[in-house]
Amino acid sequence: MTTRIVELRRGILKKNDELAAELRKRYEAAGALVLNLVSSPGTGKTEFLQRTLTGLRERGKRAAALVGDLETDNDARRLASSGAPVRQINTHGICHLDAEMIGKHLEGWEGVELDQLDYLFIENVGNLVCPSSYDLGEKIRVALLSVTEGEDKPLKYPTLFNSADAAVITKMDLAEPCGFDRALALKNINEIRPGIRIFETSAKTGAGMEAWLEYLIKARG
Amino acid sequence: MHELSVVSSIVDVVTESLGAYPGARVVEVRLKVGALASVVRESLEFCYEIATAGTRLQGSRLAVQALPVVVHCALCNADAELEGVQSFRCPRCGEPSYDLRQGRELEIDSIEIDEDAMDEVKEKA
Repeated sequence: MTTRIVELRRGILKKNDELAAELRKRYEAAGALVLNLVSSPGTGKTEFLQRTLTGLRERGKRAAALVGDLETDNDARRLASSGAPVRQINTHGICHLDAEMIGKHLEGWEGVELDQLDYLFIENVGNLVCPSSYDLGEKIRVALLSVTEGEDKPLKYPTLFNSADAAVITKMDLAEPCGFDRALALKNINEIRPGIRIFETSAKTGAGMEAWLEYLIKARG
Repeated sequence: MHELSVVSSIVDVVTESLGAYPGARVVEVRLKVGALASVVRESLEFCYEIATAGTRLQGSRLAVQALPVVVHCALCNADAELEGVQSFRCPRCGEPSYDLRQGRELEIDSIEIDEDAMDEVKEKA
């Protein structure tokens, strides 16, 4: 047997990376700030996003959301109550969103033109593992964790937290009854992603939402 | 968790590159997987046999080279390899660093192909 080594040096997710790079150019040309929200199921992404969309609208900003789930359009219906345009992406079993799905759902989205938007939020499928490998062309990747999940979540899922640009702690209103160790959680996030901006929020009481909205306004410039 | 999608992409990329080597049999596919790539070697190997069945990669081996995270430390002005992924600090001076130089790789480095089979194709032609 004569064998030969053929050098490929090809990224396995190159196709996704290329599509994401194209999307990134489109978002930038349209002037829309795109954020990718990633967390476990049940962290409260949808409630947090609903508050965010409402807050941005109150400030005269135009925001829309794409929301990923395996099945159902429950989240899209919940988010639509904010008045912002929302489109559901059902992945039918796939554990993450990819750039191709985003590209497809930006087409034919009734009443939504990218260049008419200030913000586009992408609520990823609830999963702390797989979404971290798939670039959606976003400018800001947000890792969320709730006070009920345990302070060591960042240590257990370092890939996501390390690739995030901002971190949000949700359900802060439950911090006390849960015995949430705030200092430890902040330390763990910083250990995995030094210097990251962290927001401590409660979508229920509205605590911390002001600082988050200010950050969004500044980030768009 | 998405290892099957990853392995399917491997099959696509390798099959495409085999266009230049008609008839060649794939012996081994060599991957480089960073510590932050969020794929598990055992899971890749498990999916590999299933995903390669009936393709030109059928029967080939999967070799995974694990790459540790390397960060650049601004204080030491040097790159440093991290022992794990639990603390992103320079192992020499302890300064936190987010300046990653290695660790997110998920790539096909090379493939080993059997050229004997290629010659048979040529002879037939």
